[in-house]
This record gives sequence, C-alpha cells and structure tokens, in this order.
Amino acid sequence: MADTKQKEALLNPLFNNNPIALQVLGICSALAVTTKLETSVIMAISVIVVLGFSSAAVSAIRHYIPSSIRIIVQMTIISSLVIVVDQFLQAFAPTASKTMSVFVGLIITNCIVMGRAEAFAMKNPPLISAIDGVGTALGYSLILIIVGFFRELLGSGKLFGFSILPLLNEGGWYVPNGLMLLPPSAFFLIGLIIWALRTWKPEQVEANG
Amino acid sequence: MNPNTIKGTLLVSVVLCVVCSLLVSSAAVLLRPLQEANKKLDLQRNVLLAAGVDVDSMSSEEIVEMFNDETKVKRVLIDLSTGEAIDSEAKAEAAGIDLASYDSKKAAKNPKLSQRVHAKGGPTFGISRREKYAYVYQILKGNKIEQFVLPIYGKGLWSTLYGFLALQGDVRTVGGITFYEHKETPGLGGEVDNPRWKAKWAEKQVFDDQGKVDFRVVKGTVDPNSAQAAHQVDGLSGATITSRGVSNMVQYWVGPDGFGKFLEKQRAQQ
Repeated sequence: MADTKQKEALLNPLFNNNPIALQVLGICSALAVTTKLETSVIMAISVIVVLGFSSAAVSAIRHYIPSSIRIIVQMTIISSLVIVVDQFLQAFAPTASKTMSVFVGLIITNCIVMGRAEAFAMKNPPLISAIDGVGTALGYSLILIIVGFFRELLGSGKLFGFSILPLLNEGGWYVPNGLMLLPPSAFFLIGLIIWALRTWKPEQVEANG
Repeated sequence: MNPNTIKGTLLVSVVLCVVCSLLVSSAAVLLRPLQEANKKLDLQRNVLLAAGVDVDSMSSEEIVEMFNDETKVKRVLIDLSTGEAIDSEAKAEAAGIDLASYDSKKAAKNPKLSQRVHAKGGPTFGISRREKYAYVYQILKGNKIEQFVLPIYGKGLWSTLYGFLALQGDVRTVGGITFYEHKETPGLGGEVDNPRWKAKWAEKQVFDDQGKVDFRVVKGTVDPNSAQAAHQVDGLSGATITSRGVSNMVQYWVGPDGFGKFLEKQRAQQ
C-alpha cells in the first residue's frame, strides 16, 4: 500500500501532474536555461537535489515550524540548499556555473520548490515528502530536457555541444533557427508540449468557465 | 514545547539560522580551494585563448603543465611606469610587493600599489585607479617570443570587462582578444564573447609607423578599402557603449600610460 503511494508520488508529476505543463509553475527558469541541453541537464539536477532535500528537511521539522513564520523558515532552508548547490557547481562544473550562476540562484524563487514545501511537505512525513520532491523535480526536468533538446538542435544544430546538423556557415546544409536561441521559443515549445499532453490525457483540460 | 508562542518562534528561528549558516559556510570553506583552482585555470585558459592557442582540444592538465613550463609560457611582472620587469626579490622588495602573492586586481584597490589614472587629454578607460605593476604573459616557442598577452580591463556599459589582448612577436600586430569576466547585456554587449567577432581582431595593427597608438573599434563595419582598415575593428551592433569601452581600454593599455613603455622596449630589442 505504502509502495504504491510512493510510486505515485514519484511518477505522477511526470505526466499526470506535471509542474510545468499542468500547474504551469517554474516557467521563468524554463525559458532562461534551456538554450543548451547541457545547461538544462545541470539545472534539472540542481532542482532535483534542492527539491528532494528541501522537502525532506521541511517535513522533518514540520511539527516545530511556527505557523506565523513558516514561509520564512521554508525559504531559509531552500536558499541555504541553493547556495550549497551553487558552491558545488562552482567547484566541479566551473564553465557551466559561469553561465548559469544567476539562474541557479533563482531556484530560490522557483515557485515549484516553495509550492511542494507548502503543499506537501508541511503535511506529510519526510520520506514520502522527499520522494514527492524528487518526483516533482523529475517532471520539471523532463520538460526542461525536452525543450533544451529541441532548442539546441534547431537553434545551433548541436547536442551537448557536438554538431548534429552541420551548419551552413560552417560548410554544412542546416540554416539555424535563431528564434530557438531566444527565450520566447521556449514558450512555443512548452505550449506545444502542453497541447500534446492534453490531447493524450484530455482530463487535464480545464473546464471552460 | 509549543512552537506557536513568541518564545518558541524565536527559538526555532535562531536554531534554524545557526544550522543553515553552518551548512552554507562549511560548504563555502571546504570547496574554496577547488573553486580557486578553477578560477586560475579559467584565467590561464583565457591567456592561451587570446594568444590563439587551440585550448578546446587541451585538457586542464595540459594547460597547467604549459604554464609550469617556463620555455612555453613565462609570466613576468612589469613596472608599468618604466616598462622594466620585476624579476628579482631585490626589485620586488624595493617596489614593496611580494612576488609570490602579488595580485594585480587587489593591488588596483591598494593605495600603495596603485595610482590615479590621469585623464588629461589621454585615453581613459572608465577606471580612476590602476595598479602600478601588472603581469604580462609571454608565449614562447623555442627561444622566440611568439605572443605577448597583456591583461586589459575597463568599463563597458554595466560592468568592468576583464580580458586579455595578445600582441604578436613584432609587438605591433594583434594576435587575439578575449574577455573572461564581464556583465554586459547578453546578445548585445555580451557579444564581446562571440568567437566570430573576436576573430576580426587577428592581424590588426595597434600602432602607426611612428609607434603611436592608432586603433579604434568603429561604429558599424570597417570599410575594407580605407587606409585605416588595419587599425579598426567592427563595432558590436546594439552595443555602442560596450564597443567604445573596449576601444578605450585597448588604447589605454597599449598606450604610454599602460604597457606602452614595456612594449617599446620589446620593439627596440628586435
């Protein structure tokens, strides 16, 4: 019984309750970091780490958090974790951290992290909260990686920096789509993903009020 | 204990703050050596990048090795006011610096080791004080100096740009330019990082026949038929102030107030 609940917490956010596609949270960072697949993957990993640990930590001390300052307590935990992750990136992935440092800092204000802490971790025990956090982050990562894949492939003809489609100005045939390198293209891609997802799972369509 | 009392609230917040600050500061302290090593490597990578060395195909170990080998890369501390190298302990002591730990960025903020940039008619670069001593990297092949890599910096639109300018062995021709730290607008001023723009710098001339600084980043594109074409580089579109900043800092640093005296000496030796 407990197993199915944990599995649900982990896998539900992938398609059924995707934080970006259904809850439409965390769009800002999804626009900013997805020009390359590499940055998308690093951002995804960072969010998984932060969300997993923050949910577990918030849930572990949930009975001691005074309700009057609970948001501040959650923010403190989240921001400490984000700084630690940023420090690790600076130490182990310096080139990526140079381009991403700002956005890693912005995980603090990523609504998904706060949302899970407030909506789930405050009411549930640590283990299931951690699983829920990781699951939600995986849902976020999935969209980020899909968007990053298409933006890097169509925008610069590369994947992880390796040439896939040889560019015209380097002697190949592919004319890169410059729009894909600009933030608005992520809007189009996320829109298309939401469309595809809701065609596949019509129950996600909001009732037309 | 009930956390929903004033006492409980205060206690929880104090404990939380202590725990979180311990976590953050221990991560920062423990990881600092690695981060500093990365920064140094990044600097060295950029020195080689400016000199036109194909760094992308080199591993970090190869770069570090190259910098440890004095027959390949030699770092010399230059007294900017005389152009002389500070290459002995005695000279360093006279200048009041410690050769092992000298850091030109820190020196620029130290009143003893820096001086005012006098703007009277001469080129300025948006900075009011600069260090008196600066490192020059010499990229050597055999016994010949192939490139001089000069550290340059100056104000752009939002930030100070830090980079390197490489001059070839004739001490006139640009080898390359690169910036390793800046906060200019991505896509506009941030295009100083664009390899295609940087490629335009190679083979440009920074001095005229008399040895005076003659170099500019122009607005728009350089007219290839103009006699000045070898002394000009295309400006970045949508980034007038960044382009002007780059222009000014190059003029300043190769000029008589910057590395001019040192460069003149090198030229005289040839």
